[in-house]
Amino acid sequence: MNRQGRPTSAGAPSPSAAPETFSGNKGLEQDEPLLFEIGRDGICGVDLPAPDKGIVSRLGGLERDGAIGLPGVSEPEVVRHFVRLSQKNYAIDLGVYPLGSCTMKHNPRLNEKMARLPGFGDIHPLQPVSTVQGALELMEELAHWLTTITSMPGVALSPKAGAHGELCGLIAIRAALEAKGDKRSRVLVPESAHGTNPATAAAIGYEVDEIPATADGRVDLAAYREKLGPDVAAIMLTNPNTCGLFERDIIEIAEATHDAGGYFYCDGANLNAIMGRVRPGDLGVDAMHINLHKTFSTPHGGGGPGAGPVVLSEALAPFAPLPFVRRAGDGFELVEDESQTKGENPFGRLVAFHGQMGMFVRALSYMMSHGGDGLRQAAEDAVLNANYILASLKDVMSASFEGPCMHEALFDDKFLDGTGVTTLDFAKAMIDEGYHPMTMYFPLVVHGAMLIEPTESESKESLDRFIRTMRGLTEQAKAGDKTRFEGAPYFAPRARLDETGAARKPVLRYTQPQQPAEAAE
Amino acid sequence: MTVKYTEDHEWARVEGGEATVGISPYAAEQLGDVVYVELPEVGKTFKAGDEAATVESVKAASEVYAPVSGEIIAVNDALEGNPALVNESADGDGWFFKIKLADEGELAKLMNEAAYKDFVAGLE
Repeated sequence: MNRQGRPTSAGAPSPSAAPETFSGNKGLEQDEPLLFEIGRDGICGVDLPAPDKGIVSRLGGLERDGAIGLPGVSEPEVVRHFVRLSQKNYAIDLGVYPLGSCTMKHNPRLNEKMARLPGFGDIHPLQPVSTVQGALELMEELAHWLTTITSMPGVALSPKAGAHGELCGLIAIRAALEAKGDKRSRVLVPESAHGTNPATAAAIGYEVDEIPATADGRVDLAAYREKLGPDVAAIMLTNPNTCGLFERDIIEIAEATHDAGGYFYCDGANLNAIMGRVRPGDLGVDAMHINLHKTFSTPHGGGGPGAGPVVLSEALAPFAPLPFVRRAGDGFELVEDESQTKGENPFGRLVAFHGQMGMFVRALSYMMSHGGDGLRQAAEDAVLNANYILASLKDVMSASFEGPCMHEALFDDKFLDGTGVTTLDFAKAMIDEGYHPMTMYFPLVVHGAMLIEPTESESKESLDRFIRTMRGLTEQAKAGDKTRFEGAPYFAPRARLDETGAARKPVLRYTQPQQPAEAAE
Repeated sequence: MTVKYTEDHEWARVEGGEATVGISPYAAEQLGDVVYVELPEVGKTFKAGDEAATVESVKAASEVYAPVSGEIIAVNDALEGNPALVNESADGDGWFFKIKLADEGELAKLMNEAAYKDFVAGLE
């Protein structure tokens, strides 16, 4: 019974009494075949005219002579297929999504309304600049918010995701070094870093060197000073770091880096914890990407493209890539090539156009609807929620580091010692409870890591339900009841997938079965 | 024949100036199901502590370091088609490569089986 006295269960028959259905479907839970298994050859959702008889091929014998092998499906079949699949998916619009490091916060509907305004939604990047002045003004306004929030003078809006922003920042650093005739070969990365940091540095040819962590989960400053040298181009540091902790020595780290002639790249993935409280520019950061799809609530995780603008210090700002928006008289212009530059020294062009316009609109909508005080409150609530989880679970689960934490709470698998239950089993059991699992086995510095980031979107009631569930699972595991974990998930559309099989013997291509089954209609 | 261990959980079975190298059963268990192994080229030389191979599991990718300096004289091609050998027989059929020792003196710096067992016990 709920508080209004209504029964909370639907009075459905117990699963054992429920009949097997003829269709294989269970009410609204439909068993979904592959698109290829639905279709039949010769069906097409679009009515295309037959090509004219007189057409002469100019393909020089390269015409395809076999069937193209696309699924033959009608429009309603395609629509149903993807709607059914979407119903099996977990989403931020369905429930708590505590995936650490990902900041899966609510995507306000106001953002969507703004992004659909025709002046933003129906424009084309190749339209004359005079017809898109409003869009350019929006980009300029977004740039203003980003540089103000971070206290950094420059910004490149075009990078399309976090790692792309890292690439942009490191190329700007390399350009700045080269402009001084300074050739450097090494980038230092803490061992708790996001995997994209060393990958980015390696991708543009730097040698990656790891900085060890201290026992309390932070960068070892002494070890860092020792590794610094005239060949170090940059440090890439996440703050708060992936253990959910604020790097206390960050100012010393920045000073040491600058004294050695290097630059400080900050991974801004965790900006949601400090927005409005700490300005990275004040800490000595030279470049930082901002995941609009995390901190500024644009959809991600299947819901939309990322966007990773990079803010730049005075030293790096001139090297920001083309194109960029500039005020010109009463309006705005787009600087598209080097002949238009006035003192800037862009390192080139990173993407074809200006970046993710739709995400710019959503992010600015989020900023303006919250205001500066609202953004600060969002960061404070995110940190408060994570600490509430840490404080409510650390007596039964094992917290890796003594709190308080920032916006995410990190646990390891010590509390599962001797139970036979692994972090993976525990995560799968959470699926049965109706939750998206937390991030697991990351960061690597902690054994069997479970990284929980509730974000500010969850109410206290929602967190309490989550905490009750986690405590229940923990008690069951400690009581020696493994069935709920080993076989999990029981209530997902598919049982536990064979990840090893999928990696060792991947099936990457659909092949028609010998005798195709009659399509179920 | 002696078997030596490193702190990075490689083992080296030394016979007549050659060492067969693999990762310990403890390391294989920690990694979980191994899905891919990248082996060095035969003829390449490494210094002790250099990254010589990569092992990738469903959980993580890790480097395998050369426990001793020398030249690679053979690699375990069977791992390419069947990386599960690392889990099934980490200290046997799941070996990674054979290296021709450049300096037998380096062996003294490695742990023997008893010392390695103590080392692992200290980690748990």
